[in-house]
Amino acid sequence: MDHYLELSHVSIDFPTPDGPFRALDKIKLTIEKGEFISLIGHSGCGKSTVLNIIAGLHQATEGGVILNGKEVSAPGPDRAVVFQNHSLLPWLTAYENVELAVKQVFKKTKTKAERKAWIEHNLELVHMSHAIHKRPDELSGGMKQRVGIARALAMEPCVMLMDEPFGALDALTRAHMQDSLMEIQAELNNTVIMITHDVDEAVLLSDRIVMMTNGPAATIGEILDVELERPRDRLALAEQPEYNHYRAEVVKFLHERHKNPAKAKEKDPVEAPHSKNQKEKPVLYAVND
Amino acid sequence: MTTDTAHTPFLSMLSSHPVGRYFTMLGSASGWTQITKALMIPGLALAIFLLLWSAVASQIQTSLGQLPGPAQVWQQTKQLYIEHKQEREKAVAFHERQEKRNEKKLQKNPNAEVKIRPYTGKPTYLDQIWTSIVTVITGFIIASLIAIPIGIICGLSPILYAALNPLIQIFKPVSPLAWLPIVTIIVSAVYISDDPLFDKSYLTSAITVTLCCLWPTIINTTVGVNTIDKDLINVSKVLRLNWFTKVFKIVIPSSIPMMFAGLRVSLGIGWMVLIAAEMLAQNPGLGKFVWDEFQNGSSDSLARIMVAVLTIGIIGFLLDRVMLALQKFFSWDKSAVLR
Repeated sequence: MDHYLELSHVSIDFPTPDGPFRALDKIKLTIEKGEFISLIGHSGCGKSTVLNIIAGLHQATEGGVILNGKEVSAPGPDRAVVFQNHSLLPWLTAYENVELAVKQVFKKTKTKAERKAWIEHNLELVHMSHAIHKRPDELSGGMKQRVGIARALAMEPCVMLMDEPFGALDALTRAHMQDSLMEIQAELNNTVIMITHDVDEAVLLSDRIVMMTNGPAATIGEILDVELERPRDRLALAEQPEYNHYRAEVVKFLHERHKNPAKAKEKDPVEAPHSKNQKEKPVLYAVND
Repeated sequence: MTTDTAHTPFLSMLSSHPVGRYFTMLGSASGWTQITKALMIPGLALAIFLLLWSAVASQIQTSLGQLPGPAQVWQQTKQLYIEHKQEREKAVAFHERQEKRNEKKLQKNPNAEVKIRPYTGKPTYLDQIWTSIVTVITGFIIASLIAIPIGIICGLSPILYAALNPLIQIFKPVSPLAWLPIVTIIVSAVYISDDPLFDKSYLTSAITVTLCCLWPTIINTTVGVNTIDKDLINVSKVLRLNWFTKVFKIVIPSSIPMMFAGLRVSLGIGWMVLIAAEMLAQNPGLGKFVWDEFQNGSSDSLARIMVAVLTIGIIGFLLDRVMLALQKFFSWDKSAVLR
């Protein structure tokens, strides 16, 4: 019972015209402070739903989430979310986007000058100091996502929830972002839960990889502990047999063992209504990241 | 001289025609192409319109004489301006006379009571244009102040939307001519004052405009608020923004394009409604001018009404341009194409 974050028997039903649709079934997961967890699985298996339940944006039909000894019932800044399509307010600059969050969280605890320094510090962490007063449409996809991460970090969350944060980025930008994230993680040691489709990303970043079975009634198939030493270097790792072993484990699960044990006879996974992956809009002013 | 007929199919089509060749020659320099498109083509269309108008007008005899063509209408435009200046001169002369008279009185007896009376000449055409603009803007602003909050609330709350939607749908198609008698009677009954700040006719017209301006803004704002990116709403949930911060930081900025689309439609409708309302309410604006000229029935009346028609059209167009400028000013997305 003394875990930092605990999902106990979380199930969720979505109402449909043909009766309730069970998207997740009895998810059990415990996470310790400072852990980096990846959620991996096929499209529509309910990864985003798990994240949304932890965020409080969805309510579990059965079971619940306990963070720091308290049950999660509504969304809050202690569980900051980094959305896939950045979700910055397009009419505010990078600074103002972070400011909106900082004002909300530190209204009483920080003075105006402290808040300003804190916003600038967080934008510096994600290497965005040079474009602090630019609006999202003047930033490239990677830069927007950096601001999104800065906004989440600035809330000083108990747990940071990342919903495919680099899914919409090109491979090179994604690699840069992963390196940045590892750097930040080494410094701040946040608790992070990240959804990903990318096997390399999962192995490179995570302490544990949670692999989910296909829906309906998706659940956790296997959990893989990644015991690679930190700091991790992608080039050095590519040569290491352990790295390739972990990689192969995940790929094998996704290809062979992803079927839900209870529903092994079910056909193709059904796209759950919540997990439409929106393609990012074209970037108007592409700036190399 | 080289021609760029290959680039512009329209100009290459013209080049087979002697007049068209002149245009394509102008179009050879890229700057000229722009000017041709911006000025020459609309200018040509306007010229053709004026020619057709005068040709058709000369064929039609009415009870008030021949249907006026562009020349007569231009004549009346100048005439209306001259009348305006004459009226102003009269007003100035009146005030001078009054001042002199009062001075004399005071010289004779310093304690004499001096009366200052306002000049009560008839309103000129320019006065009437101004009255119409003030009236429509009053009605439009009242409507916007009511419609935008209602639209935002309807967009945010499905329950209120379900409650108000039938009412909106029923009142939306009601003609201003149906509202006007009701408004007139209510204004007469409610607005009783010994020293009225506004004319009743002005209030009646403005309120009628309001009643017709409300609906497009309400509906568009509702749709705009309803279609906010769900992720942005999630951001506000995660941040636990309070209601006001959410509305002012997220809801209003993101629904501004739709809101302005509604406001522009509203103002367009308001301007059309106003002319009808002024005719019936006898508010001293363009509508009353048209009505009075129609009742007057002199040989100049038709030409004067046509001046009014053109004025109404031009002012309607200008009002829309003003709204467009406002939209550009308030819109965060400066790259969006607005037209």
